[in-house]
Amino acid sequence: MIPGTFDYLAPSTIDEAIAALAAHGDDAKILAGGQSLIPAMRFRLASPTVLIDINRVAGLEYLREEAGYLAIGALTREHALEHAAELMRGYPLLADAARVIADPLVRNRATVGGNIAHADPANDHPAVMLAYGAEMVARGPGGERHIPIDDFFLGLFETALAHDELLTEIRIPKPQPGAGGAYLKIERKVGDYAVAAVAVQLAIDGSRVSAARVALTNVSPAPMRSAGAEAALVGQELSEATLEAAGRAAAAECDPSSDLRGTAEYKRDLVRVLVKRAARKAAERASARP
Amino acid sequence: MSKHTISVTVNGETRGGEVDSRLLLVHYIREQLSLTGTHIGCDTTSCGACTVLLDGRPIKSCTMFAVQADGHSVETIEGVAQGGNLHPLQEGFWEQHGLQCGFCTPGMIMTAKALLAANPNPSEDEIRHGISGNLCRCTGYVKIVEAIQYAAAKLREQPEEVAA
Repeated sequence: MIPGTFDYLAPSTIDEAIAALAAHGDDAKILAGGQSLIPAMRFRLASPTVLIDINRVAGLEYLREEAGYLAIGALTREHALEHAAELMRGYPLLADAARVIADPLVRNRATVGGNIAHADPANDHPAVMLAYGAEMVARGPGGERHIPIDDFFLGLFETALAHDELLTEIRIPKPQPGAGGAYLKIERKVGDYAVAAVAVQLAIDGSRVSAARVALTNVSPAPMRSAGAEAALVGQELSEATLEAAGRAAAAECDPSSDLRGTAEYKRDLVRVLVKRAARKAAERASARP
Repeated sequence: MSKHTISVTVNGETRGGEVDSRLLLVHYIREQLSLTGTHIGCDTTSCGACTVLLDGRPIKSCTMFAVQADGHSVETIEGVAQGGNLHPLQEGFWEQHGLQCGFCTPGMIMTAKALLAANPNPSEDEIRHGISGNLCRCTGYVKIVEAIQYAAAKLREQPEEVAA
């Protein structure tokens, strides 16, 4: 399968990329890792007439701890996350996800920013970033702005980015002592999208959950948090009853469709079980770093 | 549609050409360079049969445009044997029966080559994780893992070949 025709631009700076976006409007798409966009173009599900390849833009590929947050350049390859073992120790939820996104070959090209900006609820980073309460940094002709992840996803393949804005950096707040996270994904085989997956980031104070964010992958039309699951966890001890309540709340709140990966009913039950397991694992990790 | 003149180092040689922006790297390799050892399996970014090394990293050449490879280095299965001698990986697949139909083999070998360059003594789990993006529909992977272990052992005995 051959993609449709398009003009190819390869800017070398962020400003040039933004200028190209501004000049070509909605006909243009950013080409980052291309691991979602190129297959979509081959299926003719996407037919942009201009591709702006940002792979030659300097200064978008980095992973470093800043004061209070982990900064991930939008063009950072998934491969880099998977192999930054030392840094990832403080971000176990992200480390979990890094090993299960697509497959190792795809991870050598795929980018963190692309996985998020594509706004596919089947992708893994949206739920991870929702659970972390991450901040997206975008650059446009008018300068830089910071978008809380809770305001970022507007719908299927739809984000708060304007057509002439480029996602440049992802900021994950540094987890405090007593915080832990986990990402659990059920997939039919390596490389497939999740049947369902759950991201949990929580904090334990004494014996109770003091804060929790729970987000779900591929069980809703847009990336989503489960407010019900979070409410069921916060203020409670992590008893079987608490976990079950959280799992049931998320299962009720999500909106999966029946497809080749399973029936909606099956996926809801997966969500119930995965929320329980992920919350338990997150709590174990939280207790390991009081 | 834009046309672009590119220059790519393929198996150590500088290769050029004019490409349409939409030409996929795998089609450039197979049709313009006539290097047909790189296979097209699934057409859906699933199978890894088209794996080549881009600057040493295994990638799916069906999911990258040829124009993006301009200025980069590409290694295909044709570049693996040196001086008429099989690479230890090729020898391993031969000795350990690491293939039946052989369709996935070039991609497997390219992925394994990068794996062993980064980790000369991988555990079985690390090998299985490393090749998890390359699908084989014949062997069930046991023999493929053994082939890679064979090559790893041989390369460790002959460290000068690691660089090659």
